[in-house]
Amino acid sequence: MTTEFPSTPTSDLWKPNRQRSQRVELIVKLIFGAFAFVSIVTTLGIIETLIFETFKFFQEVSLWQFLTDDKWTPLFKSAKFGIFVLISATVMTSTIAILVALPLGLLSAICLSEYATPKVRGILKPALEILAGVPTVVYGYFALLFVTPLLQKFVPGLQGFNALSAGMVLGIMITPLVASLSEDAIYSVPRSLRDGAYALGATKRETITSVVLPAALSGIVSSLILAISRAIGETMIVTLAAGQNPRLGLNPLVPVMTMTAFIVQVSLGDTPAGSLAYKTIYAVGMTLFTITLALNVFSFWFVRRFREKYE
Amino acid sequence: MTIDNPQNFGSDRPSEASNFNINLAGRYKLDRIFESLTWIAVAIALLVLATLIIDVLADGLPRLSWDFLNNFPSRKPEQAGLKSALFGTIWVMSVVAAVSFPLGVGAGIFLEEFAGDNWLTRIIEININNLAGVPSIIYGLLGLQVFVRYMEPLTGGRSILSGGFTLALLILPIIIVSTREALRAVPDSLRLAGFALGANRWQVVREHVFPLAIPGILTGTILALSRAIGDTAPLITIGALTFISFLPEGLQSPFTVLPIQVFNWVSRPQREFHDNAAAGIIVLMVVLLLMNATAVFLRNRFQKKAS
Repeated sequence: MTTEFPSTPTSDLWKPNRQRSQRVELIVKLIFGAFAFVSIVTTLGIIETLIFETFKFFQEVSLWQFLTDDKWTPLFKSAKFGIFVLISATVMTSTIAILVALPLGLLSAICLSEYATPKVRGILKPALEILAGVPTVVYGYFALLFVTPLLQKFVPGLQGFNALSAGMVLGIMITPLVASLSEDAIYSVPRSLRDGAYALGATKRETITSVVLPAALSGIVSSLILAISRAIGETMIVTLAAGQNPRLGLNPLVPVMTMTAFIVQVSLGDTPAGSLAYKTIYAVGMTLFTITLALNVFSFWFVRRFREKYE
Repeated sequence: MTIDNPQNFGSDRPSEASNFNINLAGRYKLDRIFESLTWIAVAIALLVLATLIIDVLADGLPRLSWDFLNNFPSRKPEQAGLKSALFGTIWVMSVVAAVSFPLGVGAGIFLEEFAGDNWLTRIIEININNLAGVPSIIYGLLGLQVFVRYMEPLTGGRSILSGGFTLALLILPIIIVSTREALRAVPDSLRLAGFALGANRWQVVREHVFPLAIPGILTGTILALSRAIGDTAPLITIGALTFISFLPEGLQSPFTVLPIQVFNWVSRPQREFHDNAAAGIIVLMVVLLLMNATAVFLRNRFQKKAS
């Protein structure tokens, strides 16, 4: 159906140009759709790159060596590729980090959502979030040049580079993540559950520990897992403060080398593409990617499986 | 009817009457201890933040001067400065903003306004969630392979362009998510009014929805950019140099940025370089603070206009 317009001199201005606007819309839609596709391409790119170079790595080094060697010396003449040397360091720093972040983050979350008045909460929450916005290289500086000298006064035998202070500062870094995600979970527990507990004679602490926290458990656990995954992938703190000495074992007082620190060490040197060292950082990256991806997927699954739904 | 012991609440076993002991005073005492513990946890976190800031200021402030900002890096700590790192950061962040803003906002608009709820959008959504959890150093490995090696003729290898592209990919998920949230906050009645006037979807988005969503989008973008500015690991991986004594001449020139310069100074043994690092951290934190303040300012300003 065509629309009749009065034939005045300006009538052309009023004519709708549907075809043109539909064409424009289609073009915009295609372009923006392509933009949305960039995220898929990024993922594929990451996976392709890692698999491609890791595959070439395993043509020179056997998987058996990679998993069972007890030394990590890929840059030496007698190269050894025991990935568990690096994994042990990563596990150690992340464990220390979570030992710091779990009590700090969870208790802060409880404080913010249960005890603080809305006004105080409005001040404290952004203040805690500043901690999350501090660049990690700043934390590295703090760990190496403030926390380590401080700890050396109390902990005998603590070396200049060590997993302990790196892990503790890592824990401070992920505390806001734990706090804010756990707080969301705790906050969304409905009031009626709390009222029920009060009506049964429970005190506020009893209500929190035996009713609210169990109800928010899925959110809390998933926040912890995400925080662990963040700690495992963190680079600058452990590179600066934990050192560059690949060492198998769980002694937090001596220098160690995490997976991320190794990638940085190789990247700082001049590594020609195609060399074994170049392939090695991709093999290490692949290991790191697999571990963090598994943790993230597990966290999503956990929330879906165990979330308590209240209407 | 038996009265259950309130302390055994939740257990199936009926308690014996002799166990019945309310002990209110003791429980309230525990309550107070618990509450103080939660406050102590918050206090510790904030105390660490304060200590960090004071420590950096104490070490770095004496070193901060115009010369420090205007000198190139040097082997002599007292002559070393931030000039190349500052310019490098500005160059790289311009590339990051120019690439990630249109890509992220476009993708956000597509997912929120154009694409329906089908398997493709759901895959993209899950994918974006997963990408947000990938460690930043992995993006560095991607950038090293794709931008530095495969696209060398275009990017010039370990250049500003490669670094900018890598960081843009890193913050893309954040921008997409905040764009979608900003669009979702625009009431549907506006869209319906637009459709009722005969506008098609793109016209409605362009003229009505997008202008209202701009403050949210800008805030999210600036916060994402401030994350990119502080992120060091991917740039080290793609091979940003730590010692550059010239200004970048173009997009294909080698570069250094503030956090990498700080990293370099921290990892040197001499104490004087550590003070330089602290001064560099102050500059970096001031830049971050300014960006965050801009985000807050923009949000307030646009919010007033829209209402």
